[in-house]
Amino acid sequence: MAEALLSLAGVNTHIGQYHILQGVDFEVPRAGLTMLLGRNGAGKTTALRTIMGLWKASAGAIRFDGREITRTPTPDLAQLGIGYVPENMGIFAGLTVKENLLLAARSGAPDKKRLDWIFKLFPAMQKFWNGLAGNLSGGQKQMLAISRAIVEPRKLLLVDEPTKGLAPAIISNMIEAFKELKRTETALLVVEQNFHFARSLGDAVAVMDSGRIVHTGSMAALAADEQLQTKLLGLSLESHQ
Amino acid sequence: MSAAAKPLAQTPVAALPGERLDWIPLALIPAIAILALPFIPSLPTWVTLTVAGLAMGMMIFMMAAGLTLVFGLMDVMNFAHGVFISVGAYAATSVVLAMKASMQADSLAANLSAILPAVLAAMALAGFLGWFFERVVIRPVYGDHLRQILVTMGGLIVVEQLIHVVWGPDIIPLPRPATITGSFIVADAAIERYRLLAVLVGLVVFVAMWLVLNRTRLGLLIRAGVENAEMVESLGYRIRRLFIGVFVAGSALAGLGGVMWALYQESVNAQIGMQVMVVLFIVLIIGGLGSVGGCFVGALLVGLVANYAGYLAPKLALGSNILLMVLVLLWRPRGLFPIGKA
Repeated sequence: MAEALLSLAGVNTHIGQYHILQGVDFEVPRAGLTMLLGRNGAGKTTALRTIMGLWKASAGAIRFDGREITRTPTPDLAQLGIGYVPENMGIFAGLTVKENLLLAARSGAPDKKRLDWIFKLFPAMQKFWNGLAGNLSGGQKQMLAISRAIVEPRKLLLVDEPTKGLAPAIISNMIEAFKELKRTETALLVVEQNFHFARSLGDAVAVMDSGRIVHTGSMAALAADEQLQTKLLGLSLESHQ
Repeated sequence: MSAAAKPLAQTPVAALPGERLDWIPLALIPAIAILALPFIPSLPTWVTLTVAGLAMGMMIFMMAAGLTLVFGLMDVMNFAHGVFISVGAYAATSVVLAMKASMQADSLAANLSAILPAVLAAMALAGFLGWFFERVVIRPVYGDHLRQILVTMGGLIVVEQLIHVVWGPDIIPLPRPATITGSFIVADAAIERYRLLAVLVGLVVFVAMWLVLNRTRLGLLIRAGVENAEMVESLGYRIRRLFIGVFVAGSALAGLGGVMWALYQESVNAQIGMQVMVVLFIVLIIGGLGSVGGCFVGALLVGLVANYAGYLAPKLALGSNILLMVLVLLWRPRGLFPIGKA
């Protein structure tokens, strides 16, 4: 069996006096989309931030592409091929769409073919190329955050709640965009609260509760088992579409 | 990459504004100058006061620009910024006093041969001190404003005492070079040569900073870092190196401002930097914390208002800046050009 692209083993994270992650173990395969689900406060965002080195793991090990990255500084993780879209999107509101993307293209100007692909994926990026990012709508800001994360090829893309606050019509379009992303070589780890989105896209799933992984398996199996959904998430996916 | 997905933004949307210049705060500068005109008895006096105000504003800008960038990018309240100004002024004084003959010569080339090394020495020493401060004093207290205030105030006291040890406690006279001493008359208005030079140097510094911030990748990184340092790191950039670079550059700029301010006052003392800190903080608040453009406009407004008020109602001179700050904050609570920090 091929080694996982990303693996967490017994990862603990403390933020101040709070013990948030309490021995997290899960793996992200080299392809496909892994959903990280869980109730509010389960530790999903902390898990992504710990992987990105934005909060340091106090114990445990994180491995990426065959190497230990538990103590690797955040900028080095980006250079290893991990892209990150935070929950607040992290766009630079005072810069233009163009400047946001230029900054993400560390090698200089973005690759023309890749930029065209992004424009097809998110036409608003081309339309508002010289517009201030701060003036974009919520959905467009999310598109910019994702575009920025994929302007260079990535091995792994971490996305924290991409549908948060978005209108249902935009979420449907976002699902199509993620389907396109899944067709690339990039593996995705997505934290999500929208179960319709999760069920439509997830290949594998990990469910967190109280700072621990309480379930791993295929998304299809979880989606088909209403009792398991109720047990793990406190509600069924069907009732929240 | 395979075929494109269904376009995400299908609904038509209005054109998005680009980087529009917010001209209203800029218009305040001529507006204040024009408003002051009827209260000043003669046009030549108004011209003299306006040039003096602009010169003062430019010198304040040079001293404050580093402070606003450091606050914006690093979220550091550096109350010790004044010592970079003082140390710059003293370093330049040492060079200038060693080259007294060149300073007093009636030749621009001779004057420049003393002033340029003095300016370089001031910027180098202030920049080095900034690097030392960042590593030793500020690095342990990133993210903790209260401790930043305490340790930087402590650092300020220590360096002030070291200045007494190295240069002595007395005020040191610092005569201006012969070629930029005195004034010339334009349409009955007396324009001091030094003040005109200060305006020119300030403009050069502002244009250089504007070009770096808006026309280079380094500037793009700094502007992004001011908004969201964590995201810049997540994109693969070592923000810490940028922090140090900006801190050193800001300190060196304070050193340059210190030279200009000392030559303006024609003397130096250990408190020269600390004495202007209140004005610098007023400028930063008026301009919007972290904004270089705001700092520039704020400094010019403070310079003009201080000079007009100093002439019309001398007792209100310092209070006028506080009043200006209050009025600006009532109008724009986050300053003239607020930075949207994440």
